[in-house]
Amino acid sequence: MARREKTRSKSSSPVIKVFLLIMMIALAFFILGPLLWLGIHAFVSNWTYPNLYPDGWTFHWWTQVFADSALADAIRNSLIISPIVVIASMIICLPAAYAAGRLHYAGRKTFLIGMFAANSFPKIGLFASIATLYYALNLMGTVVGVIIIQLLGTIIYMTWIPAAAFAAVPRNLEEAARDAGASKFKVFRSITLRLAMPGILVAIVMSFLASFDEAQGTYLVGAPAVFTMPTEMYSLVQNYPIQVAAVFSLLLALPSVLLISLARKHIVGGQLAEGFQIK
Amino acid sequence: MTEALQEDGLVLGGLTKVLGGRVIIDNLHLVVKKGEMVSLLGPSGCGKTTTLRMIAGFLIPDKGDILLNGKDVTTLGPEKRPSAMVFQNYALWPHMTVFNNVAYPLKVRKLSKPEIEKRVHEALNLVNLMHHKDSRPSQISGGEQQRVALARALVQEPDILLLDEPLSNLDAKLRVKVREDIRDLQRRLGITTVIVTHDQDEALSISDRIAVMNAGKIEQFSTPQELYDRPETEYVANFIGSLNHLQGGYNDGQIIAGSEVVGIRPEDVIFTKGQVPGSYSATVELVVPRGHFSEVYLKRADAELRAFISSDIPAVGTTGYARISKALIYQDGKLVRVA
Ligand SMILES: Nc1ncnc2c1ncn2[C@@H]1O[C@H](COP(=O)(O)OP(=O)(O)OP(=O)(O)O)[C@@H](O)[C@H]1O
Ligand SMILES: [Mg+2]
Repeated sequence: MARREKTRSKSSSPVIKVFLLIMMIALAFFILGPLLWLGIHAFVSNWTYPNLYPDGWTFHWWTQVFADSALADAIRNSLIISPIVVIASMIICLPAAYAAGRLHYAGRKTFLIGMFAANSFPKIGLFASIATLYYALNLMGTVVGVIIIQLLGTIIYMTWIPAAAFAAVPRNLEEAARDAGASKFKVFRSITLRLAMPGILVAIVMSFLASFDEAQGTYLVGAPAVFTMPTEMYSLVQNYPIQVAAVFSLLLALPSVLLISLARKHIVGGQLAEGFQIK
Repeated sequence: MTEALQEDGLVLGGLTKVLGGRVIIDNLHLVVKKGEMVSLLGPSGCGKTTTLRMIAGFLIPDKGDILLNGKDVTTLGPEKRPSAMVFQNYALWPHMTVFNNVAYPLKVRKLSKPEIEKRVHEALNLVNLMHHKDSRPSQISGGEQQRVALARALVQEPDILLLDEPLSNLDAKLRVKVREDIRDLQRRLGITTVIVTHDQDEALSISDRIAVMNAGKIEQFSTPQELYDRPETEYVANFIGSLNHLQGGYNDGQIIAGSEVVGIRPEDVIFTKGQVPGSYSATVELVVPRGHFSEVYLKRADAELRAFISSDIPAVGTTGYARISKALIYQDGKLVRVA
């Protein structure tokens, strides 16, 4: 019996291994493939179908992107608008997240599911109604209008994740600090906020990416006056050579890669992992 | 309460607390003398933690007052009270080193850096943890975490030290050692201490006095010896130690018909081969070895009695004589007579 069990587990493991290998190759193909394609196209002078190899290598497309005023404007807009959106989102959402995190369990669940439900409807309908409001308020085609639209997409991250993080801070860690003589504010700063920080950092990263990648609403209220990198992509794909689009796509992907690797190092390796070991 | 006002130490005057629509603490009075170590002992849910949290300032009583060294602290927040608490699960801050955990109360008090360093080192030396000062709480054992929590409380030099079941997360061996360490420290520093426990051994071995609690009230507050020898209520007699619990009356070393409750400690039942004054014939029904003594079930004409016998343990079926050397007689739950 034991013998058969052994042979069976042995015979099944190569199957799993092969399956995992196929999965990994597929993942690599679908994730790295396009990136590789972009990476190559950003540096080739020309590479079209019948040719097996590119005609030559160049930095020309990069200089073109940075020299083109429309594209440079889009990059600048994105780099200014997204941080503002994140900060505004933090100011608006974090107090709500704290309050929700401190609610009793049922209340918190209602709040979070409410936030989720509000976010699960198709956005385009919401954007259309906001657009009519914007015309009335003269916000169409303004940076403020774009910021507000992008803010909407960050709310879900900036409430859900920090609320869970605040809720996960054990109450008696705060009580111990009160007992040690700290005022309520000091306790919040040195214990609660500190322990919820990994969650807040994740929320910041997610919100930044949500804002940075937001195209639908931004295009609707921003165009033709305010373009960000994603909305600029629309015209870019039609009006520029494919290599310029490749350069632009890489630029667009850069913050995601940077932020996620940064977050990984700080969140997975540090505090968060350690915080869960506490008895 | 005026005479209590002059007294140093802790005074709880008629504390009442309602939680979730239920009276959890019901007109509770307690006076703890300065330098004394007092246990709150009682079954789960009787309100021990609630009482301790009111002393610490996490809960404000609905009625009654709390005096610490003559000062009314009833409505002060925990950060304003000269008390320090050790939590059941220690509540150490995971993002700080052991040193910083212990230093936190001093940093909050804005002491100078050298002063903080000096006092933290003293506190860590007191609990023998200097070698772990740069460790994180997650890297040290449960017993060590417990000592860090103790150091964090002691470094504040509180007027009163509050401990909520500080030993319940430790294994049996360590528990005995740590409770002795705590008692030793408490004596050396002369610090007024209230410790919550539901373990009678723990309470009996480390307290100057024990407050036995039952459903939000204190049933009896006295020294361990007195509590054992003269339990004022049937509840306390049952809760502390072991008891033969017999319905009836007591006369001349015998259980007679009656409406009282007779409580007899098993060690007060004496079994002899020959007859002595006050003894009556008895048969050994069952013997249960309990380590350094045996629990012997005896059948007499008037009652069945359990006895603790530590030498010359009789065999089952042996006939001899059993004498009751002491009986506690209760009427309506209250002690009326010791015979
Ligand atoms: N916030 C609250 N709301 C409602 N009821 C509460 C609350 N806190 C405590 N209680 C109730 O008060 C009673 C006493 O609780 P407490 O924690 O003081 O008991 P305890 O003596 O410390 O018990 P244990 O030995 O189990 O720790 C319990 O029945 C508990 O359910
Ligand atoms: Mg308790």
